[in-house]
Amino acid sequence: MTARTLFEKLWDAHEVVAETADTPAVLYIDLHLTHEVTSPQAFSNLRARKLPVRRTDRTFATLDHSTPTDTDQLFGKIPIRMQSAAKQIHEFEKNCAEFGVELLGLTHKQRGIVHIIGPELGLTQPGKTIVCGDSHTSTHGAFGALAFGIGTTEVGDVLATQCLLQRKPKTLAVNVEGALPFGVTAKDLVLAIIRELGVGGGTGYVIEYRGSTIRALSMDERMTVCNMSIEAGARAGLVAPDETTYAYLNGKPHAPQGAAFDRAVAHWKTLPSDADARFDRQIDIDASTLEPMITYGTNPGMSIGISAKVPTQANDEVHAKALAYMGLTAGQALQGQPVEFVFLGSCTNARLSDLRAAAAIVKGHKVAPGVRFLVVPGSQQIKHLAEAEGLDRVFIDAGAEWRESGCSMCLGMNGDLVSRGSYCVSTSNRNFEGRQGVGARTLLASPITAAASALAGRVSDPRSRLTA
Amino acid sequence: MDPIRTIHSRTVVMPSSNIDTDQIMPARFLTTTTRDGLGKHLFADWRYDGNGQPNPDFILNRSEAVGCQILVAGRNIGCGSSREHAPWGLYDYGFRAVVSTEIADIFRNNCLKNGLIPVVVDESTHAKLIATPGSLVSIDLEGCVLTLPDQSTVPFVIERFARYCLLNGVDETGYLLSKSAEISAYEARTQL
Ligand code: SF4
Repeated sequence: MTARTLFEKLWDAHEVVAETADTPAVLYIDLHLTHEVTSPQAFSNLRARKLPVRRTDRTFATLDHSTPTDTDQLFGKIPIRMQSAAKQIHEFEKNCAEFGVELLGLTHKQRGIVHIIGPELGLTQPGKTIVCGDSHTSTHGAFGALAFGIGTTEVGDVLATQCLLQRKPKTLAVNVEGALPFGVTAKDLVLAIIRELGVGGGTGYVIEYRGSTIRALSMDERMTVCNMSIEAGARAGLVAPDETTYAYLNGKPHAPQGAAFDRAVAHWKTLPSDADARFDRQIDIDASTLEPMITYGTNPGMSIGISAKVPTQANDEVHAKALAYMGLTAGQALQGQPVEFVFLGSCTNARLSDLRAAAAIVKGHKVAPGVRFLVVPGSQQIKHLAEAEGLDRVFIDAGAEWRESGCSMCLGMNGDLVSRGSYCVSTSNRNFEGRQGVGARTLLASPITAAASALAGRVSDPRSRLTA
Repeated sequence: MDPIRTIHSRTVVMPSSNIDTDQIMPARFLTTTTRDGLGKHLFADWRYDGNGQPNPDFILNRSEAVGCQILVAGRNIGCGSSREHAPWGLYDYGFRAVVSTEIADIFRNNCLKNGLIPVVVDESTHAKLIATPGSLVSIDLEGCVLTLPDQSTVPFVIERFARYCLLNGVDETGYLLSKSAEISAYEARTQL
């Protein structure tokens, strides 16, 4: 048998009908995650056609995007401030009830950002196909699952048929070697990869992250890397499952248990790319030369090492337009740039390990005057675990806001906003114009860079606050 | 969905590369639960100033943009969020085709499902189109050819099945539903 990549094994195992010149493949979807924003029109479509949800047992729902992170609004002490969001949330509750889809509702202990709870609950597993009406579905690829974002029409297709029409994408190997230097995190690594590929460089490909650096990453870190695959244009990112993956999943509520778990692991071990499998394209990254990264522009490819200067690119209109929006000049240092907001959250960097790393820097210090520092755990479970080890106190004592989980300030649709013209060091994944609020100026960075910047009130190198 | 064969229209040109779906349809308009009426929010943050007044410099606020059905954009249009609200807004505004050298994956898929033709052209054709905003262009979906004002023709590629659906007003959900026997067989075979 010919050697196959991990992607090809996943694809082959899910072809219900193979593709032909005239028709795409019919691909079976093992897990469909849904949320309030990209599903209403899909449910309306089902209703209009009098169709049920084909596999309610493979469909899960959570509330995250337009959901408030303010405790009183979330728990109903006061009404949800944004009326359109409230309506959307209630319509989603109604849709899930009517169609029999399990919803982790507003006050549910397991509710959280869709790409955080899938792994946390053990729903995300190697070998699965996973989709969600959200581009960061690529996160789940960290487990060796083929996971990608879809539009609302496709959400409807999957609800109705558990399948999607797909053309087979190409494969791109991103080989990463070398140890991550002191103070350099998975977030910095993925920002460097996106800079290398360019924001459209991965279009049409599924990325497999490979190499010793990737193997050494924890599951949380692998999720951070896979999460941002879409920022290079790739719909999906993959990391082959290994002992780190199995150890993470062992005992998770929706993972196979006991003997079934052992059988699953035996299967998962067959998934990694064969030694002589061929990729359509390859790039190599040397992790050992990286430093903490930060973005200066209006797409995630526009990043620099934290000690570097904003680049000069003569006759580049896109670059000039981005700098004008950001209020920055070519040749200036970003370090020392005053900031008004710091956001620690999102499906990229709001897992327990991210909160711990940031808290280690914040502990015993104060957030700089004039800085609003929002800390938003990725899920209610993470919030609970963080509180059990006192992380909430560390942040609150420093003067940060400790919130209920949700997408929050990652995107401007739930009331958590960066004000016009203000700078925000953010651990999220997109620095697009207006993403965090109209006129907001986003600087993407790691949780430790965010924490160090919150204390300084300026863009700050986290290495100065870390003890070796 | 109405069948589409040809589009004959003047172009609107937005030369920036990497126009993301957050620009096409900002997140604050995503709390809608229908797909109607999004055209008025299209490119809202570029189109209106802080007081909601039309920004006179923005192309969609200029008289020459009225009635144009073809949007010519810089490389990698539609990157970022998977929100289908972006193509819904473009369609509702009146666009029927998006032309670029590169169109982001999810956005392209979403366009195809909503009667918007994603047309990927070579660099030199693209440069010509960018240099001549408002030029009269034809897009023939059946023949997969774009005709420039000088009557030169440029072929483009569109996934065959999606093209068939657009030409015939067929929706893909119906096709998937027709495969339910195969889907059940797959579920039985893999014991799902
Ligand atoms: S946290 Fe941000 S990127 Fe992640 S799902 Fe929510 S809105 Fe999307």
